[in-house]
Amino acid sequence: MIMKKGYFGDFGGQFIPELLMPPLLELEEAMETILPSEEFQTRFINMLKENVGRPSAITYCPNLSKDLGLDLWLKREDLNHSGAHKINNTLGQGLLAKMMGKDVLLAETGAGMHGVATTVAAAMLDMKALIYMGATDIVRQAPNVGRMKLMGAEIVSVESGTKTLKDAINGALRRWLSDQETTHYCFGTAAGPHPFPTLVREFQQIISREARQQFMDRNDGNLPDMVVACVGGGSNAIGMFHHFIPDASVRLVGVEAAGTGEPGCDNSAPLNIGSDGILHGMKTKLLQTDEGQILPSHSVAPGLDYPGVGPEHAHLHATGRADYVTINDSQAINAFKVLSRREGIIPALESSHAVAYAIENKDKLQGKSVFICLSGRGDKDLGILDQIL
Amino acid sequence: MNSMQIKIEEATKQGKVGLIPFLPAGFPNREQFWKELEELDNAGAAVIEIGMPFSDPVADGPVVEKASLKCLDDGIDLAWIFDGLRKRKGQFKAALLLMGYLNPVYQYGLDTFAADCEEAGVSGLIVADLPYEESGFVKDALAPHGVSLVPLVGLNTSKERMKMYADGASGFCYFVSVLGTTGQRESLPARIKEKLVEAGEVFDIPIALGFGIKHPDQLTQFAGLMDAAVFGSALILHIQSGKSSAEFMEPWK
Ligand SMILES: Cc1ncc(COP(=O)(O)O)c(C=O)c1O
Repeated sequence: MIMKKGYFGDFGGQFIPELLMPPLLELEEAMETILPSEEFQTRFINMLKENVGRPSAITYCPNLSKDLGLDLWLKREDLNHSGAHKINNTLGQGLLAKMMGKDVLLAETGAGMHGVATTVAAAMLDMKALIYMGATDIVRQAPNVGRMKLMGAEIVSVESGTKTLKDAINGALRRWLSDQETTHYCFGTAAGPHPFPTLVREFQQIISREARQQFMDRNDGNLPDMVVACVGGGSNAIGMFHHFIPDASVRLVGVEAAGTGEPGCDNSAPLNIGSDGILHGMKTKLLQTDEGQILPSHSVAPGLDYPGVGPEHAHLHATGRADYVTINDSQAINAFKVLSRREGIIPALESSHAVAYAIENKDKLQGKSVFICLSGRGDKDLGILDQIL
Repeated sequence: MNSMQIKIEEATKQGKVGLIPFLPAGFPNREQFWKELEELDNAGAAVIEIGMPFSDPVADGPVVEKASLKCLDDGIDLAWIFDGLRKRKGQFKAALLLMGYLNPVYQYGLDTFAADCEEAGVSGLIVADLPYEESGFVKDALAPHGVSLVPLVGLNTSKERMKMYADGASGFCYFVSVLGTTGQRESLPARIKEKLVEAGEVFDIPIALGFGIKHPDQLTQFAGLMDAAVFGSALILHIQSGKSSAEFMEPWK
């Protein structure tokens, strides 16, 4: 199938002011020239090994597997330096930006994990980190704010709109308009205008490149029955899915956040209950009114709290190659506690949504091998849990 | 010829700059909005630009964002805008232009939107988040109804890209004076001049300068290089301070 540039089926594109087209075109060009170069590849692979600690482990969960009656495996992105999959992307984009001659890494952040990972990349590459974060998220993810400050980031508190990830993206896009000469917008997920969905996937596909091989090595060459990941913008999920997509026997499951779970509550499940629309440079599935106004989202997991989703997931949803399901706040909190207690692994609240899927659907999954992307660690979430419990 | 071009050229023929005031629909409130439009029209506006509210206006600065989010809270939507314009069709001397973001227009339905524009006497549309690459389907929907998609170019738009926009363009070309969002500024970047010269070579429709404009004195340096001026944030602030649109337009006449 011939696709329009920057499209995944009907979704994607570059719906962005003309004034942002030059930096996007510059980035596209760098993807064609700098990214494949030997210098980039050598330095990048070395950073992933020496600074991130890749390859990340896979872990079999003996206790929880027994409890649930299935084989539960985790891809441990939580063990990466800075505690999440986000760093795969920020080191990639950071190095690319450095080689493009930029001095500043600008980023939005929700949970703060992408902000932290961007700040790490900036510090390593001797660049400046400029982080836009919603005022609500600054309060609920305070530990990450402290980390970013310690490593030298300038943090801009976004007071407009819903004061969460969506508005942080608006703020960062506005800043990029004026600072494009010196600044690279280090977008945090596989969403936004082309080429970001492709670029971020390029840096996150290492998750499934490693995971697929590691799983087969441990399972006599067999593939898992099911691969599961949480979906905010969709970067850990697309990274975890990518190399399994051609494996027709492997069911791919993306988990969206249902919010508190009451009928009609604010949620973050655009693939499940949203409709086609245009936001943040892309055509995708959105939570919106009939008039096309973007609705506020909600999830107990700040990294999932977004009314849109990356266009490739909208496409995988439309073609049926991947299934997208929902998990609510209390199911995720339960999974957070269960994985902590039974396996000694504290998952991020975002990743807890993926774990919860296996717990809540154990009856349907008896005897199956379920391979979950544990996208991040949960230390950052203890404050949220303290408040709730 | 598109009526926006006709109105701007009427002004330039008299040696004046075409005036393009911008107000978010429903600002400062539902009733007063139509009175402000009337005042702007009587004060000699060539084109009146009406903002269609959107929850996430990434090309706008704080003044326009705040004003239009309030209109959104007040329940202003496209149906209200078209309804009000239909009732007043033929009453404005100025050409009418709608400005906004793609999603509300897309949800309304492009064909219905274009037909309603024609019916309500709207001659142009500006979509802030629609670069050349994605604009084909919008132009195709507007064209049968005689509605122009106004191209936006700026300081970082290459001559090659300007040519892409110029091909088949009608109405006027909107030249964005700053690398940034809407909002008044004390001084405008010096580089505008050379880029305006370039735009003049490429476009055979009038050129309007917008973003950051608050007073005619800012424009004397660009005399002969531009045909019209768009002002939004400065006008909004003026009205918010309790003064009249007519008074704002006075120094521009
Ligand atoms: C640990 C973790 N997982 C998942 C996400 C969601 O992002 P994405 O869907 O891009 O993987 C975040 C976002 O902040 C996160 O911090």
